[in-house]
Amino acid sequence: MGNFMDTTILKMDNITKRFPGVLALDNVSFNLRRGEVHALLGENGAGKSTLMKVLSGVHIPNDGQISFEGQLVKLTSPISAQEKGIAIIHQEFNLFPELSVAENIFIGREFRGSNQWLLDDVSQADAAQALLDKLNLKISPHTLVEKLTVAQQQMVEIAKALSVNAKILIMDEPTAALTESEIKSLFKVTNMLKSQGVGIVYISHRLEELVQIADRATVMRDGCFIGTVDYAATTIDELIAMMVGRNLGDIFPKRGNKPSKEIVLDVKNLNRKGVLHDINFNLRRGEILGFSGLMGAGRTEVARALFGADSIDSGEISLFGKPVTITNVHKAIELGIGYLTEDRKKEGLALGLSVNVNTMLSSYKQFSNKFGIIDEQACFNTSNDLKEKLKIKTPDLDQLAGNLSGGNQQKIIIAKWICKNTEILIFDEPTRGIDVGAKLEIYELINKLTEQGKSIIVISSELPEILGMCDRILVMRGGRITGELESERATQENIMKYATLEG
Amino acid sequence: MLSNTKKLTVKKDFFLNKELLMKLAPLISLVLLMIFFSIGTPYFLNLSNLLTVALQTAVIGIMAIGVTYVIITAGIDLSLGSVMAFSGVAVGLAASIGLPLWLCVLAGALAGFLCGCLSGFLVTRAAIPPFIATLGLMMSVRGINLVLTDGRALYFQDYPTFRVIAQGRLFDLIPYPVIYFAVIALISAYILKRTVIGRYIYAVGSSEDAAHLSGIKVNQVKMFVYSFCGLLTGVAGVILTSRLNSGQPTVGVGYELEAIAAVIIGGTSLMGGIGTIGGTIIGALIMGILKNGLNLMGVSQFWQMVAMGIVVVAAVYLDTLRKKMK
Repeated sequence: MGNFMDTTILKMDNITKRFPGVLALDNVSFNLRRGEVHALLGENGAGKSTLMKVLSGVHIPNDGQISFEGQLVKLTSPISAQEKGIAIIHQEFNLFPELSVAENIFIGREFRGSNQWLLDDVSQADAAQALLDKLNLKISPHTLVEKLTVAQQQMVEIAKALSVNAKILIMDEPTAALTESEIKSLFKVTNMLKSQGVGIVYISHRLEELVQIADRATVMRDGCFIGTVDYAATTIDELIAMMVGRNLGDIFPKRGNKPSKEIVLDVKNLNRKGVLHDINFNLRRGEILGFSGLMGAGRTEVARALFGADSIDSGEISLFGKPVTITNVHKAIELGIGYLTEDRKKEGLALGLSVNVNTMLSSYKQFSNKFGIIDEQACFNTSNDLKEKLKIKTPDLDQLAGNLSGGNQQKIIIAKWICKNTEILIFDEPTRGIDVGAKLEIYELINKLTEQGKSIIVISSELPEILGMCDRILVMRGGRITGELESERATQENIMKYATLEG
Repeated sequence: MLSNTKKLTVKKDFFLNKELLMKLAPLISLVLLMIFFSIGTPYFLNLSNLLTVALQTAVIGIMAIGVTYVIITAGIDLSLGSVMAFSGVAVGLAASIGLPLWLCVLAGALAGFLCGCLSGFLVTRAAIPPFIATLGLMMSVRGINLVLTDGRALYFQDYPTFRVIAQGRLFDLIPYPVIYFAVIALISAYILKRTVIGRYIYAVGSSEDAAHLSGIKVNQVKMFVYSFCGLLTGVAGVILTSRLNSGQPTVGVGYELEAIAAVIIGGTSLMGGIGTIGGTIIGALIMGILKNGLNLMGVSQFWQMVAMGIVVVAAVYLDTLRKKMK
């Protein structure tokens, strides 16, 4: 294993990548040796994925150079990266569920018979079998991918990478969906690849499990390179400090009010099989309650259960002191709960309809007579009023929601719930994809809502946001609430601990 | 140099106009088509011929209005042709057991309504894609028509007044079906534009997820559009039956596609969320005038079919161009 250790296979120097209005990568350097597992660490939004997209040819950097096996290269497309032997396994697999394992491994490079028009399934299956044997994977190459477990599907992705003789393998959160024993066999395969001299970039949040596998780690923060360290010689606390390290800016506006004692929402022993386990918490009037945790920790699932979008298996929910059963979204809204989804474009707005219609969408029943005829004038006045109050920047109310910026779209959704006079608002990633100026406005809006006695739940993957806004923070991991912190006591370090560590 | 700049601005103005032009493309095409036929044949532009066109358009037009609702929710209904024949069969069966005329008419409309409810049920409760659900209905209902009538037409000798429904004329001038068409169009446009359910129809078509998470009962909206479309198809069926003065189990084959074509020509998007009743009426009139005009000019039935196909594709192509220009 050690004999590869000195040869650097990849050097990325001073990589800079700008997107409109965002500096995604600022002078980042990264190098990878043959036969090492190099962990890439950082919070969500630190720039890890962007850096890997540069390496796999998806994004072309504005500045900086990449040398591969000692030679300067330009990676201008995913194909050019693949041809060099750079393979990436995304968190979301790129597999065709209805095709077999062998067909998936050799997709786009199918074995041909003597006649170029016909497929040679037999030798293709043999080649696939050889790869599967190498990975010690006991499945038939003829199995359909949809029949495989997540761990097996991941192995198929690895087999695909092996089949192109990958020299660099990028794994994005490979263990996110695996069980303990599956992780063990993944690590076995990883070690085997190491011994063959493959350089592995390993993106993960699970610092404790990286100890078993990582040789070095590079930490990124806010698109900048923070440092590369020897994994064994560094403590987890040191790594966390490198990852979060920043002082919270003053972008979080101060709030005038304190939450009252009155409990508006009380959740007891909420369960949804395999997704949520014994969720207990309450929300007070005028409070901002934060839900922190890594992606897939179950935060969105809590929100969807409260909103009636997913059914629950057991649990009690009380609203304003009265026990309620929330069986569907309609009921949740009538009870005074509003949900602002993570995916605004797909689930939050009807992009092809006007600002006016989107603002009023939940309230038309209140703005119509008993024959269902809409009072257009009242609608116009109300949504115009909300547009002014929330400073929604739009040329007019007839503008299609899809033509507005992310920040203004989010304001429309907030306007929709204000219009409905909703008491409890659940924000899922309230500022994702929104630029800094508009973020501030959204924070101010949320504060104003609490001053008016509304109660807010904020789900966010951005720790500074959670720390800057919330009165109280619940941390989730694996469908459970693993920690509760008052905002005075909360730090990024102890949130990360609850979110990542076992037990 | 100077003339160059001038040319450039003129060109820009023309471009801006072009966008507006494309938006009004269906209406402009209709007018151009009328001008073309007015010049092309001396028999086209007179009141009695235009009223004939309106009469011929009414049946397809009423169904097209119904299916506009469905298409705006991003659904489709392929069963219209069979269902309208079913409605005629229902009128005939009601007549054959001697029910009073108004009940016969009601039976026809109700037959269409029930088929629509069934489509709606299949699409919402059974979660079958609308294309498949209504394709199945199209085939089965056609079969049921033949089973119920033994494949023979049902006549209305005992109901001499029945034919008045479609063959009568107001002030001895305007055919009744044209009046039904106009009234139904006005009511439907009003529902779509001014009522809560109308607004929900657009919302469901524009984003089903967003509509659901806004508390709109998406299934109720879908149920409404399919049953409404069925009801209008039933009404169209009664009118056609009265015009033919018989319930024909095999009538209306391919009418669903003509109705859908009219909706598409009128600028409604098959992807949902976009469309108007006004557009659909223009679309139906374009098809009606094209048929009528080509007939008057002595173009064969076969070439007429070719022309219709070209119009549908051209209409959608224009729409794609308009979107690209944005």
